[in-house]
Amino acid sequence: MGNQSLLEAHHLGKHFGGLRALNQVSLNILRGEIFGLIGPNGAGKTTLFNLITGIYPPDEGTLFFNQQPLNGLKTHQITRAGIARTFQNIRLFSQMSALENVMVGCHPRTRTGVWGALFNTASARAEEAMILARAHALLKTCGLSQQAQRQAYQLSYGDQRRLEIARALATEPQLLALDEPAAGLNHTETEALKTLLLHLNAQGMTLLLIEHDVKLVMGLCDRMAVLDFGEKIAEGSPREVRQNPHVIKAYLGTDPIDEPAPVNPS
Amino acid sequence: MDIFLQQMVNGLLLGSIYALVALGYTMVYGILGLINFAHGDIVMVGAMVTLSTIGVLEGHLPIGVILLVACLVAIVVCVLMGLLLERVAYRPLRHAPRLAPLITAIGVSLLIQYSAALIWGKQYIALPELFKPSQYVWAGVEINALQIFIFVLALLIMASLALFVKHTRLGRAMQATEQNADSATLMGVNTTGVIALTFAIGAAIGAVAGVMIDLYYGQAHYFMGFLLGLKAFTAAVLGGIGHIGGAMLGGLLLGVIESLSAGYIGDLTGGLFGSNYRDVFTFFVLIGVLMLRPSGLLGRATTERA
Repeated sequence: MGNQSLLEAHHLGKHFGGLRALNQVSLNILRGEIFGLIGPNGAGKTTLFNLITGIYPPDEGTLFFNQQPLNGLKTHQITRAGIARTFQNIRLFSQMSALENVMVGCHPRTRTGVWGALFNTASARAEEAMILARAHALLKTCGLSQQAQRQAYQLSYGDQRRLEIARALATEPQLLALDEPAAGLNHTETEALKTLLLHLNAQGMTLLLIEHDVKLVMGLCDRMAVLDFGEKIAEGSPREVRQNPHVIKAYLGTDPIDEPAPVNPS
Repeated sequence: MDIFLQQMVNGLLLGSIYALVALGYTMVYGILGLINFAHGDIVMVGAMVTLSTIGVLEGHLPIGVILLVACLVAIVVCVLMGLLLERVAYRPLRHAPRLAPLITAIGVSLLIQYSAALIWGKQYIALPELFKPSQYVWAGVEINALQIFIFVLALLIMASLALFVKHTRLGRAMQATEQNADSATLMGVNTTGVIALTFAIGAAIGAVAGVMIDLYYGQAHYFMGFLLGLKAFTAAVLGGIGHIGGAMLGGLLLGVIESLSAGYIGDLTGGLFGSNYRDVFTFFVLIGVLMLRPSGLLGRATTERA
């Protein structure tokens, strides 16, 4: 059961006007693995994330999650199906407390509606208590217990990043997609993040990771794919990818030495 | 001193009704950045429907039951109107330039007003005298049981709404949608549903305000939503538009300002202006707030939303 596929992308394509952001990209992410996605700026990594989470639909191709097609599902339905994500630029609910941010994340797995809230039924109270307990537990997992009552905007940058992860976890995902989780973190914070991600993975969470910090990705991932100009140019274990000539070319350029130095016309 | 206390009491009472109406403006603004100018007219419809229901039921049922039924009918009608309005007039314009839904709101407001004129006529409709509320005098201030009831009910509704928004699953979804709609949908929140819910809650509270206006003034009119809406909007801006506590505070303050100005304007101007000029004060307040503190009393100074 270890290599059962969780998310499959079949020949995904997306263009914005004349720009081909993604072209015929196919991926297969297995349950329980850490899968990394790297590539130079503008390679289409975030576009791929946006397709997976339904921010916009693919122009070509299909996504399958647990063998079910995701096409046509709205973002909130995809979250319910079990995919959660964080953002490259943090998008918390800045005027709510850390705790409340995580409590919002419990939304898709709870059901109290208008009537329950209006009449404060026993089941509504029980559910609210459950949400509160769960939110506290997730803050603890992410090392944020001390910050529970502080407004999100007051938290340090590293704490905000971890709060985004805690909030995404509250939706009880099967796949957690992280868009540059280490961006802007210092060395200590990056190490704490790495520990957290390994801990989550050890508990069975499948992780999909976009990252610029190649060292971090290589150290964390079981498998990875490389995008360049919207195309997948390599896939495999970190070791295989590192030796792939296409990857070396994309990252280092063909002939960096022969390139003429820019002349300043002054 | 008697006049002062009496006008304070009147002002708080009137202000509690303004506050309820202002909540409808502020909640929709908070979540959509839209000023729903038709909200005052929904309150008017609530008041009209209540009068019609009372007219039908009068004499057939005990008075308390009649009022309760009338109130429920008004809530149902207003909620359906609010939902229809959101679905037909505003949802298709969700991504349009901001001026488009604003103009639509004004159009819808006129549509509701003149539809009401067709249904109920252009004359004032009076509330039949259902009962004589007992009168109390305390320290020279007169107040009757009905007024106390209106005030207490208004406070209860405001407190319930505050608790709902802060401490329930759907209330948190509303806050999340208000602060960052994209993130909210990624947390599995159906923001379209939350927006509809916001309209429904605003309309339901507006319906109750409509019932209170019937009871307070003893009459209703197809055009009354216009001025009422403007005053409630002023109250919302005074408190800080988009801020629920602000709408409550702004409503109460505006009621007091209006009452005091009605009580003293004659003395202050040597009889040049009568109490019928009190509405002028409301709009002095609006202009003053917009000039001196555009984000309102409780609002945060924010840059224009992207």
